Amino acid sequence: MIHTVFEKPESLADVVTHYCPGCTHGVIHRLVGEVLDELSIRERTVGIAPVGCSVLAYNYFETDFHEASHGRAPAVATGIKRARPDLIVFSYQGDGDLASIGMGEVIHCANRGEKITIIFVNNAIYGMTGGQMAPTTMPDQVATTCPMGRDVNQAGWPIRMAELLSALRTPAYIARASVHSPLHVVEAKRMIRQAFQYQVADTCFSMVELLSTCPTNWGLPPNEADRWLEENMLPYYPLGVFKTPDGADRAPRPLPVDQS
Amino acid sequence: MAKKLMKGAEAIGEAAVKAGCRLFFGYPITPQNEIPEYLSHRLPQVGGTFVQAESEVAASNMLYGAAGTGERVFTSSSSPGISLMQEAISYMAGSQLPVVIVNIMRAGPGLGGILPAQGDYLQSTKGGGHGDYRVLVLAPNSVQEAADLVIEAFDLADYYRNPVLVVGDGLIGQMMEPVEFKEDYEPVRPLPPKLWASTGHRGGDKPRAIINSLFLDPEELERHNQVLQAKYAEMEKREIRYQGYGLDGDYDLLIVAYGTVARVCQTAMEDLEAEGYKVAMLRPISLYPFPTAAVREAAERASNVLVVELSAGQMIEDVRLAVEGRRPIHFHGRTGGMLATPEEIADKVRRIVGNRGGES
Amino acid sequence: MPQIVVDKERCKGCERCVAACPQKILGMSREMNSKGYFVAQVVEPMRCIGCRLCCLTCPDVALNMNIHGAMYHYFSY
Repeated sequence: MIHTVFEKPESLADVVTHYCPGCTHGVIHRLVGEVLDELSIRERTVGIAPVGCSVLAYNYFETDFHEASHGRAPAVATGIKRARPDLIVFSYQGDGDLASIGMGEVIHCANRGEKITIIFVNNAIYGMTGGQMAPTTMPDQVATTCPMGRDVNQAGWPIRMAELLSALRTPAYIARASVHSPLHVVEAKRMIRQAFQYQVADTCFSMVELLSTCPTNWGLPPNEADRWLEENMLPYYPLGVFKTPDGADRAPRPLPVDQS
Repeated sequence: MAKKLMKGAEAIGEAAVKAGCRLFFGYPITPQNEIPEYLSHRLPQVGGTFVQAESEVAASNMLYGAAGTGERVFTSSSSPGISLMQEAISYMAGSQLPVVIVNIMRAGPGLGGILPAQGDYLQSTKGGGHGDYRVLVLAPNSVQEAADLVIEAFDLADYYRNPVLVVGDGLIGQMMEPVEFKEDYEPVRPLPPKLWASTGHRGGDKPRAIINSLFLDPEELERHNQVLQAKYAEMEKREIRYQGYGLDGDYDLLIVAYGTVARVCQTAMEDLEAEGYKVAMLRPISLYPFPTAAVREAAERASNVLVVELSAGQMIEDVRLAVEGRRPIHFHGRTGGMLATPEEIADKVRRIVGNRGGES
Repeated sequence: MPQIVVDKERCKGCERCVAACPQKILGMSREMNSKGYFVAQVVEPMRCIGCRLCCLTCPDVALNMNIHGAMYHYFSY
C-alpha cells in the first residue's frame, strides 16, 4: 500500500515556474495553494497578480486572476470584493509593488478594512527589473541603484510594513513570517491559513508579510541566501503576529513630555 | 574626447551629466533601468543627487519641485511610467517649467511587453495629460543622436520654459554604439536668466516667485493660455528637425519613418535601389513640431507615400494632415514589440509601386 | 517506510533540500534535466525518517513523499 503524503496541491497548476532556482516565491505559492485546498475555497477565489517577478502568477494557480498595474493591487482587490463579496480575494505583491508605488493603496485598503488577504513577499530588492533598491532593502545592502550600499542618510531606513499597518485603528490580521528554513515555512503556513480563515469568516483585512530570498539579485547561492536572510533581515523584521481583529488600538502613544 | 562604445541608456545618462544636469528623480521600469542605475553612481561622482522615488507619480512631482528652483532636472521612464507622469507634465507645462524627460517606449497597451514599440506617438505629441499644452518631442535613431538630442533638450527646455520629451525605444536604450561627447558644453543659443525660479525671496524689486498653473479668473487663464500658445507657435517656426534620405533626387515613393525604424527602412531602401526602385525617405526628428511643410513638399514629388511605424498607425495621422489627400498614403506597422524587417518593407514598396494607386 | 520521489523536470538544482535534510541523505546528482539543471537525488533512501522538511523547503514542488505500509501517522502542517 503506497500513500502519497506530500504532493502538489490541486490549487497549484501543473507547470514548472519561471522563478529562479532557490527563489522562495515557489514555496509561498505552494503554501497559498495548500491553504486554498484545505479551506476548500479554490473555486471561489480570485487572485490579483502584481508587477514584479510574480507577474505571471496567474499561470501558477488554478483560480481566476486579475492583473493589476504596479502597486494598485489593493485597489483592484477592493473593486472585486465590493462587486462580489462572496468571492475570496487575495493579492500577491512584492516589496516594490506594495511598499513603494503601492503604499497609498495598501494603507487605504487596510484602513477601510476591505475583507481581502494580501500575501506580501518581502525580499529586500527589486527582482524582476534587475536588482534595484527597494523600500525594504537593508542598510548598506548593495543594489543596482545604490551601488555603494543603501545609505540611510539619503534613502532612509527600510520600511516595516507589518508594523506600519498594525498602527491603523481598523481591525485587521497582520503577521510576518519567513520562509528561509523549513521550520519557518511551517509557521508561515499557519499564518497564511489564519489570514484566509479571517476572510472566509468575513471578519477583517488580513496581510501576511513573508521574508523571502532573491538569490539572483543578492548574488548568493540559495542556501547562502537563506543564511543571509537569517543574519540580516530577521533582526530588523521581527516575526510574529502584529495585529488581530480584537479591536484593540495599537497606535504608538506620544512620547512623555520630558523626552519630546 | 575620444569615441567610446556605450550602451544607449548610459549615453543618455552621461549626456544629461554633460549638459550640467545634477538631479535625477526616477523609478525602475524595463527597458530603461540602466539609466537610473548608471546615474545612481555617476551623479554622486559629479556632486549630483540621485533619488529613486517611490513611483513615477512621485518622481514626476519631485521633478516639478526641483525644476521650480531653476535647476536642470532629468528623468527617464518607459511607456506605462510615462502615463503615470502625465498629470505632472501638464502641471509643468502650465507652470512653464523646464524639464527633460526620456521615454524609452515599449509595447502596449497596459502592461504590454518589454520589447520596442512606437505606440506613444499620440501620447507624446497630442497631449497625454489634460489641457491645452504641448511638449517638444525629439526622436533620435542612434545612440549618438540620442546623446546629442538629450544635451540639446536641456537648452530647449530652458529657452522655452517647457518640458521636452526625448522618445527612444528599447533598441536605443539597449544598443551599444560609439558615442562622442564634445569636450566643453556650451548652450546652442543664449539662455535668459531664471528670474522666475523659486529660490527664496529677499525683498527688493524682484517679485516673489510663485510656481503655479492655477488661474481661477477665466480671463486671466485665457491670457495665460495665449502665452503658452505663443510659445508653441515659436516652437513650430524654429524647432522643426528632420533628416532626408535621397530627397534631392528623383523618387517614386516617399517613406516617412522615425526612430530606429528609419534605420530598418534605410536597409530596405538599399535593397530596393539595387533593384532599380526609386525610394526616398523623410525621417522626422522633431515629432512635435511635426515637419508638416517638409513632408508635404517631399510627398508631392512622389507618387505614393509609405508610413512605417512600430504601432497601429499614429504618426500616419500627422502625415495625412500634411499631405492633405494629394497622394495616396500607405501604412506598414508592427505592434506588440515585433520589429518590421527590411524584407517586409521592401515587399510593401514593391507591391505599392507595382499596383500604382489606391491606399493600403 | 517513507520514500522521497524527485520530479527531475521540476527540479532546478537549488540545493535547498540538501541543506534542509536533518539526516543529510539528499545530494545533487550528475544527471541533468532537459533544462540543464543538475537535479537532486536521494543518496541514502534507507535512512529517510519521513520528516518532510525537504518537501517543505522545495520551491518547485519537485519532491513528493510516499509511504509504504500503515505504520506512520502524518500530521498535516
